[in-house]
Amino acid sequence: MPKTIFEHSSEGRRGVRLPTREIDTPLQDLIPAQYHRKHPARLPEVSEMDVMRHYIKLSHCNYFIEKGMYPLGSCTMKYNPKIHETLVHNSCFANLHPYQPESTLQGALELLYELQEDLAEISGMAKVSLQPAAGAQGEFTGIKIISAYHKAKGNLHKTKVIIPDSAHGTNPATCKLVGYDVVELKSNSAGRCDIARLRDLVDENTAGFMLTNPNTLGLFETQIEEIAEIMHSVDALLYLDGANLNALLGIVQPGKIGFDIMHFNLHKTFSTPHGGGGPGAGPVGVVEKLVPYLPVPIISKEQDNYLLDYAHEATSIGKVHTFYGNFAVLVRAYIYIKMLGAEGLRRISENAIINANYLKTLLRNTYHIQHQEYCMHEFVADGSKQKKEHGVNTMDIAKRLLDKGFHAPTVYFPLIIPEAMMIEPTETENLESLNAFAQAMKEIAQEAKENPELLHEAPLSTPVRRVDDARAVKELDPIFKIK
Amino acid sequence: MPYISNTDRDRREMLAQIGVENFDELIQAIPAKFRVKDGLHMGKALSEMEITEKIKSQTCKNLCAQTANSFLGAGVYDHFIPAAVDAIVSRPEFYSAYTPYQAEVSQGTLQYIYEYQTMICELTGMDIANASMYDGASAIAEAILMAVRSNKRQKALLPATLNPEYLRVIKAYTEGVGVELISIPAKDGLSDLDALQKSLDDSVSSVVIQSPNFYGNIEDAQAISELVHHQQNCLLIACVDPISLAILNAPSEYKADIVVGEGQALGNSMYMGGPLFGFFATLLPMSRQMPGRIVGGTVDKEGKRAYALTLQTREQHIRRAKATSNICSNQSLCTLAATVYMSLMGKEGLREVALQSTQKAHYLAAELGKIKGISLKYPQAAFFKEFVINTPIPAQTIITRMAPRNIYPGVAIGEDELMLAVTERKRKREIDDFVKQMQEVCHA
Repeated sequence: MPKTIFEHSSEGRRGVRLPTREIDTPLQDLIPAQYHRKHPARLPEVSEMDVMRHYIKLSHCNYFIEKGMYPLGSCTMKYNPKIHETLVHNSCFANLHPYQPESTLQGALELLYELQEDLAEISGMAKVSLQPAAGAQGEFTGIKIISAYHKAKGNLHKTKVIIPDSAHGTNPATCKLVGYDVVELKSNSAGRCDIARLRDLVDENTAGFMLTNPNTLGLFETQIEEIAEIMHSVDALLYLDGANLNALLGIVQPGKIGFDIMHFNLHKTFSTPHGGGGPGAGPVGVVEKLVPYLPVPIISKEQDNYLLDYAHEATSIGKVHTFYGNFAVLVRAYIYIKMLGAEGLRRISENAIINANYLKTLLRNTYHIQHQEYCMHEFVADGSKQKKEHGVNTMDIAKRLLDKGFHAPTVYFPLIIPEAMMIEPTETENLESLNAFAQAMKEIAQEAKENPELLHEAPLSTPVRRVDDARAVKELDPIFKIK
Repeated sequence: MPYISNTDRDRREMLAQIGVENFDELIQAIPAKFRVKDGLHMGKALSEMEITEKIKSQTCKNLCAQTANSFLGAGVYDHFIPAAVDAIVSRPEFYSAYTPYQAEVSQGTLQYIYEYQTMICELTGMDIANASMYDGASAIAEAILMAVRSNKRQKALLPATLNPEYLRVIKAYTEGVGVELISIPAKDGLSDLDALQKSLDDSVSSVVIQSPNFYGNIEDAQAISELVHHQQNCLLIACVDPISLAILNAPSEYKADIVVGEGQALGNSMYMGGPLFGFFATLLPMSRQMPGRIVGGTVDKEGKRAYALTLQTREQHIRRAKATSNICSNQSLCTLAATVYMSLMGKEGLREVALQSTQKAHYLAAELGKIKGISLKYPQAAFFKEFVINTPIPAQTIITRMAPRNIYPGVAIGEDELMLAVTERKRKREIDDFVKQMQEVCHA
């Protein structure tokens, strides 16, 4: 990899200059010397061109959507429309301060209000809070709401939340953070919740059930009505992890089929970029009886006036973000939804589902696929055949895909499928790119047969070869040693 | 249809290949009664031209803090951002990339995070930093939880001088796992050291300080640290303004154990308060208790320098219920802005930003002090770029009267108390004009 920015540093070089000091009182006259820093922080001393060349060089070591397909299951790596970036960067939204008088924020609040309304319609929920900054914080907010609901009813004995074994790791981690015990529900042979087991697990102490639907195998949980009935019979709440909402737009409104709470991942379903790991946004929608527990403030409308509404503060779970969430991310999702409209949103999900099934069809004779039925927006193939027959594992296959110009699928997840490769093409990939991906996967299967060593060696053509992450742990090196 | 390139012909070809007649056959698993019957009820789809017009019209209904003469702060600050920051952050190579789990094709992201971690450690004097938290508020909350994991004690002391919004978030985050939050009262705008000493015993897990605190005042961190560390294994969590660290004590100088804070001021626009990002740094012995992603240097198969996510067994995707935090997505792109910003500013530039902010803030305070009825609320405390004044008329009245003049005079934090922030961006003429207007508004 290139040198670090610190190695470009040369004493006295500057990247930017501020105006000459208009007031030039010495620091010691303003702040007592005891508070002055003893040794300056050794930030790099570089010119603007040094900075540009360095970070452009780094950018060339990245894979990104515009470069090629990202078939990451449950991550929904779809194309990010450029109009989002243009409007967000070139509007005065960038310079709004959260404590300006509401009268000077009306345009921004109107936008947020409309986004709340649109997400409520899409999800079939009564009300939405836009505050959570990411999916996992949305989960946290949702589970806090479950806790607040039970506490308000005096049901302090409700101590556990049930989570299927196919769930994302954030689900159990979130429940723990809210103070719940986690009980794992095993999936049945059809890749769904095992209802008989669920009945055994549920009792008066059950506070809720966190379900991803479609689940991480890409299958719709068909018995949702029964599940909701079981949960509601003990006054437990049904939570939807919205990671896979890209399969449901305009097809199913979760709030109308028994779910009580859900979070959205705007950086997945609504195409705000992933940003190399964030920022995302994780709004939360709830049914009517849970509205009093939403974080404060929500955006309300009174006549033609939009306001930051703290009216339900006494019952609210409080706040999860310093201000009102990741506003600039919310603006992008708003633009996306407005440009698609009801019909466009439905077409998104239809095409996501068609693309996934098409790819599944192309791959089913080459890779083992545990659940053969039609999938929703993603499916799980696996490398078990290649491992058994040729000693090539899923990691090798994933790394070889990088050589062929594709990003790897989500691998070794869900945990219930050995050697899993979770594939979600998204609706923005066209027929040709799906064919090309399938072709690459078939070539790799062939290579596994003829030249397994090649796959163990992969990747060969990436900016660096296979990275030694065991060493990154053993010889921990989290910062550059500045000389 | 926007963003879908497959045509109806492609669609028919694909359905045929799958072996179905129509789309509905693919969703048989969804019981018919659960399907949306007559479509979602939403406005009609807008073209790119129409959405541009709509956003423009919404923008016009706002008055942004740069068009107005603004002295708002309280957690989000209007510092200058060089153009090169946006030039880098707007590159799709960075913004449309995924989390760098596949290290071989994510070295660009991994290396900038490594550089970011290094810069945060330089500023704070800590050994190790993570790749970011959502904001300063959740970073403190996670620090308190980390302290609880480290010393197995359940009590955290929080100063009354802490940003009240942070306090709300901390309450939400720590309540479920039974952390007892105890408030340390303030005296003259600073943490009351006598009260702190009385609350400290061997059941205290951590003590939080914010310095400069919510009111802009610089806490006597050295004295607080000595009290805290008099209790064995009790941890000092310092929440700091990263810009201030160019001129004020590095938290390592007063022996902080965990250092967190709001990073927005480093090259990120205000965007009505989000996205923000929290930085999180600590000492090596606690590295395995940290929340969030961490990047480490390593080598590739050929022995060449490379980077990877490390210590992942702490994280939710491996450890599930036993993870150190539930965080997954963080604020990566905001840390890229911060990294580029700190590179451009460099050692001298960041100091200049901090110094000019201080100079201008103190100048404003002195000028306002000449107006009858206005005085510094905490004249004994040293302050950085933000301060509180007593006002001769209600602070809210000042704000209301200033609005038509396109001035945001600050945040009302009490009936007759106004808090004002000044950055290097504020020009002397704007300050002078504001002082003149304050004279008029307060003594109309």
